[in-house]
Amino acid sequence: MSSEVLQIKGGRKSTFKDHVMSLLPDGGNLNLCLTCGACSSGCPATGLEGMDPRKFLRMAALGMDEEILNNDWIWWCSMCTRCMYVCPMKINIPQLVFNARAQVPREERPKGIVGSCDMALRNDTCSAMGATEEDFQFVVEDVLEEYQESQPEFAEMLAPINKQGAEFFLNQNSREPVTEPDEMVPLWKILHSVGADWTYGTKGWAAENYCLFMADNENWEKIVRVKAKAVDDLGCKVWLNTE
Amino acid sequence: MVRKTFGDPVAEDLRYVVKAVVGEENFIDMHPNRSNNFCCGGGGGFLQSGFPEQRQYYGRLKAEQIMTTGAGYCITPCHNCHAQVHDLSEINDHKWETLHLWTLICLSMGILGPNEREYLGADLKEVDMFHPESAM
Repeated sequence: MSSEVLQIKGGRKSTFKDHVMSLLPDGGNLNLCLTCGACSSGCPATGLEGMDPRKFLRMAALGMDEEILNNDWIWWCSMCTRCMYVCPMKINIPQLVFNARAQVPREERPKGIVGSCDMALRNDTCSAMGATEEDFQFVVEDVLEEYQESQPEFAEMLAPINKQGAEFFLNQNSREPVTEPDEMVPLWKILHSVGADWTYGTKGWAAENYCLFMADNENWEKIVRVKAKAVDDLGCKVWLNTE
Repeated sequence: MVRKTFGDPVAEDLRYVVKAVVGEENFIDMHPNRSNNFCCGGGGGFLQSGFPEQRQYYGRLKAEQIMTTGAGYCITPCHNCHAQVHDLSEINDHKWETLHLWTLICLSMGILGPNEREYLGADLKEVDMFHPESAM
């Protein structure tokens, strides 16, 4: 807990909280806080730099926009929504945090998240690690062939790519094809064993979306739309995103 | 996935799968659980944000939950969780192993080969090996 007393100047009003309220259904209930503290008592980020969800909301309500928008705590809340789940008034503190992230100038947001978002925008795979369509197809086919040969019970196993009309369109986190391709295989074996009709797509195969985490609204939507189009173009019924 | 998207019923489905795979007697629930559970702190971009100390502080509740169960393995549902829970184990004397569910499903089906065992601990590393000769 911070021992520093917060000085409130009179006559300030929150433009930030009002802005977020205008975006959310029922204003995210942001004016309904009873200050009970159920949010903070169960939040793993409580205590980081003296901040907690209740304090964050109270500061927004008091118009301390500058203080909360310049606080790195907005990157230490994982937006897990436990605070909202336990809140008797169902106050959407996670969206307050998300929109605080969106207010930070892009160049001042954490470089690691920005870099992963930018990388995903470079091509239609949406891979935050920059893996291309050709990279992905090569790795999948290479690994599949290796296992078909070395484990003959799975000689008929497939890892379809761009299979038109498959039931399931499966996403894959970039980490596997890029750094630990053998980890893709157990999932293929399970899908093969149950007779699932599934496919990867060379476009939109990557599961992750760091543009969402950095609250880049234009670009996280763009990434979702690229992936959704890939699913639609193949005529798949179910989109399985493993993230 | 449980709290934000599908709700507690999907948590029961996952319990069914895990118990079927490891045996009911080997499944230990952590507390709190289901929608009351704590986030591990890997998500929301935390792993890429360049704040490892804060991320590990955030994860202390998850580490305590896991250690309280005394379980040797923790199953994680996604990559962010896997990376974070694995890292939390590293800073807690490696008290548990961190697994993807697909590893345990294939192990229980007897179809887990030697190159698919990166995250199994020493006690399971060689158990029921599928095509041991294919080790690379």
